[in-house]
Amino acid sequence: MGQLAAFIILSAITLVATVVVVGSGNIVRSALSLVPAFLGITGIYILLQAEFVAGIQVLIYAGAITVLILFVIMLTEHGTGVRFRQVNEQVPLGMIAAGALGAFLIATFLTTPWPMATGSLPPYTASQIGTTFMTNMILVFEVTSLVLLVALIGAIVIARRER
Amino acid sequence: MVLVDWLYVGVFAVVGTAMAALSLGIVWALAPRSDYPQKRTTYESGVVPFGQAWAQFNVRYYLFSLVFVIFAVEVIYLYPWAIVFRQLGRYAFFSMTIFLVILFLGLVYAWRKGALEWS
Amino acid sequence: MVNWPLEILKAFALAALMFTFLAIVAAMFGVLLERKIGGWIQSRLGPKHIGPQGLLQTLADTIKLLQKEHITPRAVDAAIFNTAPLIVAVAGLMSWIVIPFGTLGQRVLVVRDLNIGLVFFAGMASMTVIGILAGGWSSNNKYSLLGGLRSASQMVSYELPLGLALVAVAMEAGTLSTVGIVQAQGGWLGSLAFRQFPAFVIFLVAATAEVNRLPFDLPEAESELVAGYFSEYTGMRFALFQLGEYAEMFAMAAMATTLFLGGWKGPFLPPLVWFLIKMYAVVFLFMWVRWTYPRYRLDQLLNLSWKVLLPAGLIWILITGYRITF
Repeated sequence: MGQLAAFIILSAITLVATVVVVGSGNIVRSALSLVPAFLGITGIYILLQAEFVAGIQVLIYAGAITVLILFVIMLTEHGTGVRFRQVNEQVPLGMIAAGALGAFLIATFLTTPWPMATGSLPPYTASQIGTTFMTNMILVFEVTSLVLLVALIGAIVIARRER
Repeated sequence: MVLVDWLYVGVFAVVGTAMAALSLGIVWALAPRSDYPQKRTTYESGVVPFGQAWAQFNVRYYLFSLVFVIFAVEVIYLYPWAIVFRQLGRYAFFSMTIFLVILFLGLVYAWRKGALEWS
Repeated sequence: MVNWPLEILKAFALAALMFTFLAIVAAMFGVLLERKIGGWIQSRLGPKHIGPQGLLQTLADTIKLLQKEHITPRAVDAAIFNTAPLIVAVAGLMSWIVIPFGTLGQRVLVVRDLNIGLVFFAGMASMTVIGILAGGWSSNNKYSLLGGLRSASQMVSYELPLGLALVAVAMEAGTLSTVGIVQAQGGWLGSLAFRQFPAFVIFLVAATAEVNRLPFDLPEAESELVAGYFSEYTGMRFALFQLGEYAEMFAMAAMATTLFLGGWKGPFLPPLVWFLIKMYAVVFLFMWVRWTYPRYRLDQLLNLSWKVLLPAGLIWILITGYRITF
């Protein structure tokens, strides 16, 4: 029951923050709202007994990616926070479309027979994660390093060309 | 149960924010308030502020934070490996060595291409 | 089963206790220590009039700050301007959750021994950067914005060597929990300061840069960008930024003693006393360095992090791994 309450609070935080991200006219405020959204997701990871994933969510998303986004935003002209208009004239049509999609999704979720897992959640501890990607997932792990290398080189190439 | 740990973390966050906000509240109650326009101007070494407050875009900020993201993800992989590699023998060590060498090459590339220069 | 209401009550009590302890020890006593040590190193006396030997100086300063007017410049973004100091203060205070203070009989004195203690600590250090960026931008002041951006670049660059030092310690101890790491060290000679000396050095340098202390305090140096990202902050809001920084500095010192100096272990004296002695020794080291060295230029600072500490950290991890595996 307490978990349900915690889940509701965390979801509320995440959803409100996300609405601010999408809807705010001030782009810096919208970028800063990412932080409560990420922290809400961190809380949900913790409810799923995935502590380590929660920790790295804070480290990477709230700590690194938000900083990256903020750097880029603050250094462009929009960084003055001048309210720029959301270029979205079709508000009524958009609301109808969003409402229809929402209703469709909710109907699907409620009518699908979800398989219920018995027993408690398997704990995703750091040591289990470590063992897994050193044994079962080792190829994925090495490929990840290549993906990171490609990302690094690609970004440097693009950024350098701007000079 | 491990959730209790995180309950403490959550309560700490709430109490911390409340106590910090409380100190601001005390100031709001106690401090004098005399607002006049000159006091509310932005500080610029005593002269009238000039231009909008934005900084010239310089790609070095972006490059630093980008390289930081890449290496932060690398450090993420190091944490779980660090606590289990002892039990997993030499192959675990070698695979992480390959991982680190690949990313070390990335660092060398960034260095050579001047992405790490603050100029 | 867990008694939730009781745990919630205990959590509230511990939180209030911890924050009061930090406000007194880190902010008040720490600032006084800084001024006294600075005075002695510079052949002058620090504060000495308020209270015996100036002990009540910071208390007087705090009471003064509580009555200072909150000046809010015209064009600031009020919501962000007001929450930025809160973020920095709370992040600095939350790092203390995983610091073990000692033992009392069989119980370890730690708020919660999180399984991912080291990752949590690094995460809280990352959150401070967001607060600084928010503060710098929301002041709508060129100096603040530039100061905030430079400070964020610096802190972000030094988080990597900090993380690598933590990884090296985790490798030796085989656990991410701070209590586990202390227990993996036996007495003085077993402490990781010897076996992991390079990691210790990297940690101390990175910690100094993380809390924006000299020789790495360019973003907030008075002669540079006025006061950097907190130029427009007055009174208690400024004090909250300072509280966050000092709490973070003490947390780094406490973490250094936990990871490298054997935490609370030591003969004869009670564990809590040993912990405090070691922590204050590291704090003294931080302050000594601050009043001795000149300031680094920003490019020198960033070069030190990316071109020296980061490769050194990676190589040290490989060496440690090799040593442990073979």
